[in-house]
Amino acid sequence: MANQRWPFPDLKTLMAKASPLRSGDALAGLSAGSLEESVAARMALADVPLKRFLAEPLVDYDTDEVTRLICDTHDAGVFAPIAALTVGDFRDFLLSDAADAPTLAALAPGLTPEMVAAVCKIMRNQDLILAGSKPKVTTRFRNTLGLPGRLSTRLQPNHPTDDPAGVAAAIIDGLLLGSGDAVIGINPASDSPVVIGELLRLLDEIIHEGAIPTQACVLTHVTATLDLIERGAPVDLVFQSIAGTEAANASFGVSLSLLAEAREAALGLKRGALGDNVMYFETGQGSCLSAGAHHGVDQQTLEARAYAVARAFDPLLVNTVVGFIGPEYLYDGKQIIRAGLEDHFCGKLLGLPMGCDVCYTNHAEADQDDMDVLLTLLAAAGVTFVMGVPGADDVMLNYQSTSFHDALYVRRLLGLKPAPEFEAWLVGAGLADEAGRPLPPPSRLKLLERLDGL
Amino acid sequence: MGSDLTPTDLAARLRALTTARVGLGRSGPAQATDDVLAFALAHARARDAVHASLDADALATAVESLGHKFLRAASAVPDRRTYLLRPDLGRTLAADTDLAADGPSDLAIVLADGLSAQAVQAHAPPLLAALTPRLRGLTLAPVTIALQARVALGDPIGQALRARAVLVLIGERPGLSSPDSLGAYLTFDPRPGRTDAERNCVSNIRPEGLGYDAAAGRIAWLIRQALDRGLTGVGLKDESDLVALVQPTGSAVGRT
Repeated sequence: MANQRWPFPDLKTLMAKASPLRSGDALAGLSAGSLEESVAARMALADVPLKRFLAEPLVDYDTDEVTRLICDTHDAGVFAPIAALTVGDFRDFLLSDAADAPTLAALAPGLTPEMVAAVCKIMRNQDLILAGSKPKVTTRFRNTLGLPGRLSTRLQPNHPTDDPAGVAAAIIDGLLLGSGDAVIGINPASDSPVVIGELLRLLDEIIHEGAIPTQACVLTHVTATLDLIERGAPVDLVFQSIAGTEAANASFGVSLSLLAEAREAALGLKRGALGDNVMYFETGQGSCLSAGAHHGVDQQTLEARAYAVARAFDPLLVNTVVGFIGPEYLYDGKQIIRAGLEDHFCGKLLGLPMGCDVCYTNHAEADQDDMDVLLTLLAAAGVTFVMGVPGADDVMLNYQSTSFHDALYVRRLLGLKPAPEFEAWLVGAGLADEAGRPLPPPSRLKLLERLDGL
Repeated sequence: MGSDLTPTDLAARLRALTTARVGLGRSGPAQATDDVLAFALAHARARDAVHASLDADALATAVESLGHKFLRAASAVPDRRTYLLRPDLGRTLAADTDLAADGPSDLAIVLADGLSAQAVQAHAPPLLAALTPRLRGLTLAPVTIALQARVALGDPIGQALRARAVLVLIGERPGLSSPDSLGAYLTFDPRPGRTDAERNCVSNIRPEGLGYDAAAGRIAWLIRQALDRGLTGVGLKDESDLVALVQPTGSAVGRT
């Protein structure tokens, strides 16, 4: 047995060494020392019973509230039928015809992030795509996201100085190209409550004046959003970046109780016409290590643990911002592509409406060709949403994502459509034909009148 | 203005309102050829900026011509690939580093290549020229030119030079339309282990972003506040924002 030459002292060491190589695990000193050791670890991991992940938490139960959340909410009854499986058996099950959408939906409460991360490590990219395409996760606020045959987009109209006219111009540009059904979501340059309140009102007016079946979000800290809700600002979704350990979340200034408080506040506004999924979370591999809060656990496993945090709050959207963190965590296109597929698979298996910011920074060894590959693979895997950034160039955050055109490309290629309510709105407003193709903008565009007042 | 617009008018109207790539042409679902190639060119420039080397001799000459003494330093990083993979080494001085000051000072200024040597090469001298007269009355350590440096390399440099505060002028991660953006990071009582929350940042310094005079004014204000109050970081940031609100500079100050 090849793997008998390689001792793996504990489960978290085994998990780390079984991870396909990435720079963040190497930076943390957790990677396998050779390719052979990495595959030996995968072989050993394939023989680990799923039950062992319940008995042996990778992050201490007593000192980490994310571990407590995972253990205390685990549904042993749902887990019982697969309790005898090893990680390797579990992979075979997920790829089998027995693992259909209803079966996987029922199974999700019996799965922990660590089980899902473990099976992920012994899967090839095609396994992640096929198994990731199986769970169907549907969420609602003002429209219905995640239906089969649909691919939604977050319209991301960022501006370097939060200029309302600049933001509105990018929104109009995106709507004309069919973008924005997942959310119209602004990353503000400022953390001023005055500026953020103005952006929220701008989004609210655009959505209501145009009767656009979508939702708005200004991606600021959860405490700022809570204050804005108290002041009566029109908040649709509560945004927060989250991570997979209590200490990493603390570095973001959040805890489970704070997230619960924010969710209750947003629910109290009753702004969702169709549903009450009011949370928007962003995550990304490497965030725990970046915060010095990784507890010797590999970054892909910690990312899956962030999804346990997300699913406790019934989010409308979860977005893994995969290539934003930089090359010290995901070095090149190959690592970014792999991580995007892993994150989508793990999120979907845990029951989340998983989207991906298919992206990279200029100091990573990646380019738009790599983004084309990941976008196409994720769309084939049934990703819930991707970003829509003007020309794929975010002029506020200084990184590259996917463009409005990129979403049109992949919808055309794979026959995907936006959320049904939004699709109907596009057709009704004369912005798209029945096949979803953008039409030349109407000569009188009501949306444009808004620009005159800004 | 009315809203009867042709598609071409509309694109021009949108483009006038933002530097974002709005109003792009379309061929089927794809972007038009010109736009695709323009994007590729901008990305190529940004990538070249990341991998370009700092001409330290030329920078030293520029520093001297402004009346400053200079020192040289380098991080423990041997090459650019390692720089990108090992931020910890970029925060550590090379083993053979020997920095010494004549005596304690109020401020040490570090010019660091960071992720855009081009930014510090082009913008550090004029910013330094704008900043120097605003620092009258303060004692300055020699200016340190640091290679393969992260922001936090300023901490051991400032400590070695016995400076009360360190100002690191460093090339920021290039954006697609800004391969040469300079950032300024101020840290009171520099020593290894300082976190980003203990620094103040003025970013996007370049003629098309925050101009030299506006940046120098803001940095000088932060330096005097830091020395008076004995702190940098979150506690100081709020106050500087307040001043920016009261006395708008007309320029954006982004955060990294």
